[in-house]
Amino acid sequence: MPHTLAEKVWADHVVRSADGEPDLLYIDLHLLHEVTSPQAFDGLRAAGRQVRRPELTIATEDHNTPTLDIDKPIADPVSRLQIETLRKNCADFGVRIHPLGDAEQGIVHVVGPQLGLTQPGMTVVCGDSHTSTHGAFGALAFGIGTSEVEHVLATQTLPLKPFKTMAVTVTGELAEGVTAKDVVLAVIAKIGTGGGQGYVLEYRGPAIEKLSMEGRMTICNMSIEAGARAGMIAPDETTFAYLKGRAHAPSGADWDAAVAYWKTLRTDEGATFDAEVVIDGDALTPYVTWGTNPGQGLPLSASVPDPETDFEAEVDKTAARKALEYMGLQAGTPLRDIKVDTVFLGSCTNGRLEDLRAAAAVIKGRKVADGVRMLVVPGSARVRLEAEAEGLHEVFLAAGAEWRFAGCSMCLGMNPDQLAPGERSASTSNRNFEGRQGKGGRTHLVSPLVAAATAVRGTLSSPSDLAA
Amino acid sequence: MEKFTTHTGRALPLRRSNVDTDQIIPAVYLKRITRTGFEDGLFAAWRADPEFILNSEQYQGVSILVAGPDFGTGSSREHAVWALKDYGFKVVLSARFADIFRGNSAKDGLLTAVLSQDDIELLWKLLENNPEAEVTVDLEAREVRVEGHVFTFEVDDYTRWRLLEGLDDISLTLRHAEAIDEFETERPAYKPKTLPAAV
Repeated sequence: MPHTLAEKVWADHVVRSADGEPDLLYIDLHLLHEVTSPQAFDGLRAAGRQVRRPELTIATEDHNTPTLDIDKPIADPVSRLQIETLRKNCADFGVRIHPLGDAEQGIVHVVGPQLGLTQPGMTVVCGDSHTSTHGAFGALAFGIGTSEVEHVLATQTLPLKPFKTMAVTVTGELAEGVTAKDVVLAVIAKIGTGGGQGYVLEYRGPAIEKLSMEGRMTICNMSIEAGARAGMIAPDETTFAYLKGRAHAPSGADWDAAVAYWKTLRTDEGATFDAEVVIDGDALTPYVTWGTNPGQGLPLSASVPDPETDFEAEVDKTAARKALEYMGLQAGTPLRDIKVDTVFLGSCTNGRLEDLRAAAAVIKGRKVADGVRMLVVPGSARVRLEAEAEGLHEVFLAAGAEWRFAGCSMCLGMNPDQLAPGERSASTSNRNFEGRQGKGGRTHLVSPLVAAATAVRGTLSSPSDLAA
Repeated sequence: MEKFTTHTGRALPLRRSNVDTDQIIPAVYLKRITRTGFEDGLFAAWRADPEFILNSEQYQGVSILVAGPDFGTGSSREHAVWALKDYGFKVVLSARFADIFRGNSAKDGLLTAVLSQDDIELLWKLLENNPEAEVTVDLEAREVRVEGHVFTFEVDDYTRWRLLEGLDDISLTLRHAEAIDEFETERPAYKPKTLPAAV
């Protein structure tokens, strides 16, 4: 019987299956960070349990870490205690950690792939919803809560009901200036924030196959914003080329065995998905969000929608009304006329080297507009080092942007990088929820290209709006 | 985990869709390392507005939340469940829940019951007309009963059984430790390890 990619990876990890019970699924890689793990380690201690497989577990510090003065003690005592707690837990239970200051520290979803830990056909979990990022390698990767973190630490498994499958086919070819971020914002706008609920989304089609690993990670990263359990892309030569030679990638005979297996990880001809969605890649243009959930997005060329006339369901009208009120926007305003105070380039969605390169190419020789601050926050310490080796930091600094140390930063404002009440940002992150980037802050989600052009013009813009 | 069979209490009609976990508890409250004491973070930004329904005198002491669709979207933070529970909520009713939030709720004994949006709308009206209405959520019968109305709700059999029995997942899984041992012997050699191999 033909199977989908997700079904194959699932079947390969079933430890136990019984009628009327969830499957017991083996977990190949467990990523940890400081925010969602302390209560899980406490649970282990209370029950006298150990970490079953510390060698399949790895930790880093990202959510709370400052992006300035990282050589000094963390100023916020509560953040400091949470980070110190992770270090102690890792020491007590024998888990490897990359702490602040380490060359491999960074956002957990940037670090895993970069080290070659994330590989095709694996099951990957983390107490963080953006674990879906790792699906770009053809891994089944999904976010879990703290009780599940404890469960994986104790048993290296999770009891789960099989996910449904949805094919998201992106046809054609993306035009210049249209990025993976625009693709995924268009997907979420089409299926809604609950459209993927219960599903693994498999992104496929010519426009997806042409994407780099970085672009694929951006798309899989935001699967959760469509409500999906995970996003996946079948591994191919692009995937193998990315992995080869990385610290934890197999080598020698192991490499050959791995590649032979990885090549089987494709949806079989004739396999059926529980749902299918098609996006016309040729027709896509840069996308931005106007509201307070990631499904409230439109092409940059559009105008702020009218809650009374542009929506049918009462619940959508209400949501749009509340969103416009919170965002301080008027229906009918062209999105290009929206003025921002802050531009944030970074996050697990768009904080990789390719994202920094793309933004730097736009901003090179230009200046950040008066009254706008631009924060550039590499996704990991390694990304920062690589960017500096190429001189990207000089491009950003010359334009008047700030060049920071790695971490989640203003994506969720757990560290000092936050919007002030009423402040408006163009952000390459993943969530435009109320207060996400700071209490009262207003977020427009954009691609790195749109972020860079917006920084220059001060209003939501794409590179094509900039004078040559 | 505490058993859940039937709960009777007053309920809060929350006419909002897409209540994401950043709204349920903002990130600033996530720095704590404890598992309890999150009630002050619940809907913190919205509660700063005196007009927010949870601040209304007539809805004090509620223990059932009736919300719009796509409740619990976004971040995987289990703190959202802890905040709801610490505040005193035992049940959330919605037409659709985000998967991770629903999974977390089941681990902590917070019942998430799925009703149709039409039933939710009717409940909102009943509760707005009579904030004192006693609502019974009966997990055994899979029913919500209020003022002579009976609504049936969805919850999967396994979660229902675990909640009714108050069972802990890790203990359940560890009954199959041998199956896990056996599976591990076949993990391919090329799969990565985070620690150097033991010498």
